[in-house]
Order: sequence, then C-alpha cells, then structure tokens
Amino acid sequence: MAQLKYAFFLGCTIPYREASYEISARRVFDKLGVELVEMPDANCCGLPVDPANHEMMLALSARNLCLAEQQNLNIITLCTGCATTMRKTNLTLKTDKKMKDEINGILNQIGMEFKGTIEVKHLVQALKEDVGFEKIKNAVQRPLTSLKVAEHGGCHLLRPVKYMGWDDPEEPQTLKNLIELTGAKCLDYLDEAECCGYTVIAIDDRVALQLTREKLKHVKDAGAEALITVCPSCHLMFDVNQSRIERAFSENYNLPVLHYTQLLGLAMGMSPDELAIKELRVDPSKLLQALP
Amino acid sequence: MHFLSFKSSTRRTTMAQTTVEASKNTQPSRLDPSFKNEVLREHDAETLKICFQCGTCTSSCPTARFSNSYRPRTVLRMAQLGLRQKVLSSPTLWLCTACFTCTDRCPQGVEVASVLRVLRNLAVKRGEVPLIYRELASNINETGYAYKIPEIRHKKREEMGFPPLPKPKTVDIAKLIELTHGSKLLKR
Repeated sequence: MAQLKYAFFLGCTIPYREASYEISARRVFDKLGVELVEMPDANCCGLPVDPANHEMMLALSARNLCLAEQQNLNIITLCTGCATTMRKTNLTLKTDKKMKDEINGILNQIGMEFKGTIEVKHLVQALKEDVGFEKIKNAVQRPLTSLKVAEHGGCHLLRPVKYMGWDDPEEPQTLKNLIELTGAKCLDYLDEAECCGYTVIAIDDRVALQLTREKLKHVKDAGAEALITVCPSCHLMFDVNQSRIERAFSENYNLPVLHYTQLLGLAMGMSPDELAIKELRVDPSKLLQALP
Repeated sequence: MHFLSFKSSTRRTTMAQTTVEASKNTQPSRLDPSFKNEVLREHDAETLKICFQCGTCTSSCPTARFSNSYRPRTVLRMAQLGLRQKVLSSPTLWLCTACFTCTDRCPQGVEVASVLRVLRNLAVKRGEVPLIYRELASNINETGYAYKIPEIRHKKREEMGFPPLPKPKTVDIAKLIELTHGSKLLKR
C-alpha cells in the first residue's frame, strides 16, 4: 500500500492554546507512517465568523480547499470545527453549481479556483477509514488495560449529518473503538453526545460553563479516570476551564483530560514528555503512575 | 448560584434587561410578511417554511436548558410570521452553540441551526454584532488567524524543531473579506 499522505490543516485554536494536541498527533502519525505535508499559506477555516457572515466563511474555507487542491492532497485536521466547516464548504461547492460559481467569482480575484478534487477528514475519520484499526492495534506496545476513561467526540465531529455522515452522532462508535484499541476501557455516561458549550463562551459564559460542568459531572459519576477529547475547543472547556468551573460552583472534579493522540501515544510506548502531557492543566500524574 | 467570579457581567446585565423589557411589552408587534422570503433564499435556510412547530429543536437544545430566553422553536415561528424587529434585535439569537443537534433531530428536515445562522447574518447586516465577532474577523483580516498567536508559540515551535506556522498572504485574505462584504464587521 502506498504511504498515506495528507495536507495537514492546523487551524487557529491549536497553535493559539492547544499545542500539546499537535505535538502528540505529529508523534503518533510519524510512528504510524502517515506523512503530513505542511500548508504554509493556510488561513482560518472560517467557522468563527460563520454566525456573522456565511459568505465570508465559505470564501475563507474554500481558499484552504484550493491550496490543498494545488498540493493534490486530501486534508487532515485535528479540529472538529475545521473539519465540519471545510467538509460543508467542499460538499456545498461540489454539488451546488450556483454557489460554486459565486465563490469562484470571488476566489478568481485572488488568482484561485475551486475545482472539487479533494476530500477533508478529521483525525478520527482518517484513523478509521484510511489508517485502519488493524494497523493501530499492531502499533500498541503497552496496552493501558488498567485505565477507565470516557470519550467526548464533540458536536462537529459528526454533526450536521448532512455534511459528516460517517458515524451515528446519537450513538457514536468510532472514537470508542479507537480508545479500546489502546487497551483502556471506554465507559458510557449520561448525555454523551451533549455539547461542551465552547462556541457561546464569549456571549454568555454562564450557559457555556454550565454545559461543561454538567458533562464533567456525568463523566465523573460514571467512574472515569480521564476524559478523552479530539477537538482543541472541547479540550479548552474541559481542561483549561475546569478550575474555573470548580471555583464558580465550589466543586471538585480533578479529572484529567487527554487528547486522543496522547492516549494512543502512551499505548504505543511513548513517554509523557514526548506527548507534551505536562502541558495539560489538570495534572494527570496520578493516572500516569498507575499505568502498566 | 453565584457567578460573581465570571467576567462578562456587563453583557449579561444588558441581556437580562432586554428580556425583562420584552416581556413587559404588551403592544402587538408589526408583522412583515416579506421577512421570511429574505430568510428562505439564503443557503440551507429554505426549510424554514416547513417547520410545523413540534418543538423537537428546543427540547434537544443544550443552550435552552440553561437559558431562560433562548428557544429555537419560538425564534423560527417568529421568523415565519415576519416579526423582523423582534427576531433580529434579540440578544438571545447569539446563544446558539451551532451544535446542529436540532437540525439532525428535526422530523421535518428543517435545518434549524442554519436558519438561525441566517438570522444572525441578517442581524449583522443591520449592524447588530456582538463584539467578539468584530474581534475574530479583525484578527483574520490582519493575520489570517482568528486569534493573535503569541510570539512565544513561534519560538517554542522552533526550539522543538517543528515546522513554522503557516503565514497566509494577508493581502489575499483581506481581499476575500472585502469581496464578501465582511469589511463592515471589522473593528473601527
């Protein structure tokens, strides 16, 4: 089989505040033999401004798609928001000629044209469909059998179905399967598919933090020792904002939140340092000590 | 419950006052039948017309559980009826998390979240923009990123031997923003 190769779309939130996700992902991809090609001219996916101006989102998003088309590579991204946005734009422009002409009219003015020749995948979709469970299983050298975790895929991993559609958002399986490949047990908990609240934190932090708090509670009640995420924004809510929630509600969660790539990296035998685990805000050292 | 330690108390006070005022307003609002047509012609919003008000959206909405005022079903009905002013000037319009649960669960196939996005887009055209969106758009206009990446991040990458972050052609980005009428969004 030819080596897997993607245009690597980083987005904004990861370089801004979640470097540990990128670091661990690069280490894991390297070991799995997946080649990541940089996109040196990439811009924001457009999602942050979609509520204010949809056309601007489409144009920004399409510009990234054009860059990957020029590289003749499919895009892989670690951010669920970037994934859903660029998949939406890609499918819209591929199927709606009027919309494609309109956006191309804009792109032409910066010397670009959307052709519709590539695909966009989030990390989880790519691990399932391209890398394959078998290869991941074979790469696991240190099964994390004593560990009990829960997953939070995040809304944009699978919604809206119209543009995603590769797993059931009401009963998602893929991330659970991927977690269990590491040897860890993935527990069910109440309202697993619920939103973390990130997108409204700048509008009303009460609503956003109550959503996160409720999820932390449910995960904790299920007996999970850690929460596993696959989105930098969800991770910000559960990890970075956890102490803020604890202060606001006088509660104590102390729940480590790992990027999936960190969990997989540990199972592949990498050290916590290699996976930038010390950058996590909620200290996972107790959890790490208990590992086999 | 105390939220004294939270930052954006001014914004919340404004929103709370608006809600109270709205509930005291017993004057019937003027209907504008052309309003829904403005919504229907926008991308992914044509399904507004087939909403039959079952309420699956509101009962599925994460925000609705923690907000006293945000109810997607109500917003959609107001839009169908043509309550332009009430819909577009409502601060709660901005409380949609864009999780798309409403869209995926709607038994009628109404793209609820997209209709709500169109309504916010229309509010912006009237100049009603929460500050955060001005900041995000301005950052993109200046740097290509939604957030201003601190210099230390660049240095750390270099130390680790990571490839430098993308440096998009900001001239091109600014052009795209101008051509999509995004300039009005930028901070003045």
